[in-house]
Amino acid sequence: MLSYLLKRLFWMVPLLVGISLISFLIMHLAPGDITSTEAGFNPKTSEESRQKLREMYNLDKPVVVQYGLWLKRISKLDFGHSFASHQKPVFWEEKDKDGNITKGMIQEALPITLLINVLSLILIIAIALPLGVISALTQNKLPDRAITIFVFIGFAIPGFWLALMLMYWTGVSHHWLPISGLHSLGSDKLPWISQVIDTLHHLTLPILISGLTGLAGISLFVRNGMLDVLHQDYITTARAKGLPENTVVYKHALRNALLPLITIFGLSIPGLIGGSVIAESIFAIPGMGKLFYDAVLMRDFPVIMGILTIGSALTLLGNLLADLAYAWADPRVRKGVSS
Amino acid sequence: MFNYKQYQSQSFKHSAYSSLAGLLIIMTLSACDQKPSTDHIDYNPTAPIEKGGTMIDALSGEPSGLIAMIAGESSASAIASNIFNSLLKYDKNLELTGELAQSWDISSDQRTITFHLKPNLKWADGEPLTSNDVMFTWQTVTDDNTRTPYGADYKLVIKAETPDKNTFRVTYAQPYAPALDSWSGLHILPKHLLQNQDINTSSFARNPVGSHYYKLDQWKSGESISLSRNENATQGQANIDRLVSRIIPDRAAQFLELMADNIDSMSLNSIQYARIFPARPDLNEKFSLYKELGNSYTYLGFNLKHKPFDDIRVRKAINYAIDKQEIIDGVLLGLGLPVASPYKPGTRWSNPKLKPYAYNPQKAIELLKAAGFEDHDGDGILDKDGKPLAFEILTNQNKEREMSAVLIQRRLKEIGIDVKIRVVEWATFISRFIKTGDFNVVLLGWGLGVEPDQYNIWHSSQQAPGQFNFIGYQNKKVDHLLEKGRLELNPDKRMKIYHDFAEILLEDSPIVYLYAGYGLPAMHKRIKGIDNPAPPAGIGHNAYEWFIPKPYRRNEMSAN
Repeated sequence: MLSYLLKRLFWMVPLLVGISLISFLIMHLAPGDITSTEAGFNPKTSEESRQKLREMYNLDKPVVVQYGLWLKRISKLDFGHSFASHQKPVFWEEKDKDGNITKGMIQEALPITLLINVLSLILIIAIALPLGVISALTQNKLPDRAITIFVFIGFAIPGFWLALMLMYWTGVSHHWLPISGLHSLGSDKLPWISQVIDTLHHLTLPILISGLTGLAGISLFVRNGMLDVLHQDYITTARAKGLPENTVVYKHALRNALLPLITIFGLSIPGLIGGSVIAESIFAIPGMGKLFYDAVLMRDFPVIMGILTIGSALTLLGNLLADLAYAWADPRVRKGVSS
Repeated sequence: MFNYKQYQSQSFKHSAYSSLAGLLIIMTLSACDQKPSTDHIDYNPTAPIEKGGTMIDALSGEPSGLIAMIAGESSASAIASNIFNSLLKYDKNLELTGELAQSWDISSDQRTITFHLKPNLKWADGEPLTSNDVMFTWQTVTDDNTRTPYGADYKLVIKAETPDKNTFRVTYAQPYAPALDSWSGLHILPKHLLQNQDINTSSFARNPVGSHYYKLDQWKSGESISLSRNENATQGQANIDRLVSRIIPDRAAQFLELMADNIDSMSLNSIQYARIFPARPDLNEKFSLYKELGNSYTYLGFNLKHKPFDDIRVRKAINYAIDKQEIIDGVLLGLGLPVASPYKPGTRWSNPKLKPYAYNPQKAIELLKAAGFEDHDGDGILDKDGKPLAFEILTNQNKEREMSAVLIQRRLKEIGIDVKIRVVEWATFISRFIKTGDFNVVLLGWGLGVEPDQYNIWHSSQQAPGQFNFIGYQNKKVDHLLEKGRLELNPDKRMKIYHDFAEILLEDSPIVYLYAGYGLPAMHKRIKGIDNPAPPAGIGHNAYEWFIPKPYRRNEMSAN
């Protein structure tokens, strides 16, 4: 088992290098660099000063050389500094010689995005599980149909539209919830418990909306998994030996039906650090999605590469964790690995 | 059909939602039960001036830092200009006047400018502000290690001196008229805090100390920037105590925050201004709307190096064939002005005699005929030597520009020109098309300068890749006038030069002036002392005189 783990971890390194090389090349295929996006069209700027900036950022070197320089830095876990955001560190905070701390861009954006995504994932599971089970148990009857229609409406509805409508209804028509942002102005003077409540108030709509739009996938997975399992022989056996229906459904069927979900959760780990640009823009949440989107528009290469590298590392780790969790949960898989 | 296209190409640009949201909000209004707002205060009566209160506005983007010469984006200068002073500033009529400088003299050979600083200037931390700080700022902006694209103007200074602590003198190799404007745009930085720092990475950018009305109070990354009144301000004391700028990228969300009375001001788009506000008496009770001249104009520019745009008759024909008023009415809902020169209408530099090309398709057809374009093969498209008159209008992802392009496409189709529209992302637009000169017609905007010098845009020497005369305009007379205008520091003589320049430019028609849109700020009525109608400089010119009477103030903690 341990050697399997080490082997998997070892193979992640060349994979990561490959991913980063391809991302780096694709990114540089897009026309333009920071000097054309930052004040690039202001007649007060001059081509000479832009050329000077290009040299300072090594953008005048061939792409392969730039990649080499980047790889050299990243091998020391140095993610570099943003071009567009006044040399802010891309990943983690840094201290200058006077002791002033500058926070890293990912360091600031990641916790917010993680919080929102984890909360909405919990919300999705809490709702999708029972919905999926009810659907499976009432297959092709009214509750099943109603649930399927409901989750598909959630899936199909444009998130930004729903967000704006709910913002109008709960924020403008009735002053129930704040409209955008993460904190009320002046909330830092409140006791911490009120601050937490304040933040949760602000997060209600974003979580609700991302939860509603994500319901369909998981609930349908649960439904189909349940249906598969319910038609298997051992369920018939369980019923035949007179077990109560609840025990059959929740102890014997559901646990097996949940196995494929492990894979889905493993795959959703990288999704946890990626925010939605649209939701973050509308709700004025300074998260990862907006950070990445702005970096692409500004051609802020260190930030783009930083997010892509961390994202792909997490994807690979997520796959590994999913495989491990699967082995832990399912003896059949475990046997396959150790043999 | 055209709405669908709009939505497609824009679905990722948040600015697109605002109008969509506007429509949706109107639609839902009838459905929502409109309760009268609980806090029914009549904000109309004025009250005596009092100090205090907080004003909240919204920013679409977060500044990367508050050292404007390095940050570069508009949100940075919006905040930084409340914190830092320049030597000179523009007054409400857009005339230059002193800010840190009390006065300035120009030597008789027009090469040397001497600035006399006001006495007893101070930084917010109490340290004296002297000509050494000005000198330090000049050295910083011209230093090769400073990562600023704005150094060019200041590098023309061949000698800078500080004869005493209140005098700063610069000498140019030859007279340089835009110099004064350049000194109005350079925020003076404190030497005592920055001299041993690397300006490119200094944490000063997020924790600045300036000399203007306000100082930085708190910066919550990605959320808000709060400024508080600077007790040491030497330009006078502002009335409002705190300015808070919340960072709200989406304009529709900004508008909802405005409606819910969580922010005091925002700049509206034309749908909000002309459709939503008139339909909502409850909003009009709380907000005043203003109209100020915008800072830019939108134009259709021809690549003069490509056929057939080297032919003035073709350019003029297209100019006559486009109905500018239609674009203003259709795209800006009437909230714009036609322009005939690249200067703000109503200011000194704008030549009042010039009139835009009137809409006259008949004349356009005649001009094209004279240029050899006729519909020989009967396919509805004009052609010459077997080649149809067809081209692509290139523009960036900007809703107003895309909509204008569609209207232009239709008008040109009517006279037999086949136009396609291509919308590309900004960085691609600049590097792939503008820099390489690989375009026929662009739809873009330029600033309506308060400084009349437009050498970089129109002089024939400025056509290299990366320079701004990318349309390839060449006219000896214009070159001469632009050179002369740079050497002339006397405002009246300069005015004559730029009036002549604008006249030739209009006649040559290298670009079609489409419109200059209005800025449309909405301000909460609790804020008093705002000039209406807005002077040429816009309502913000006397922001330090605005005040919020006590009964109208927001309860500090119930902001949300």
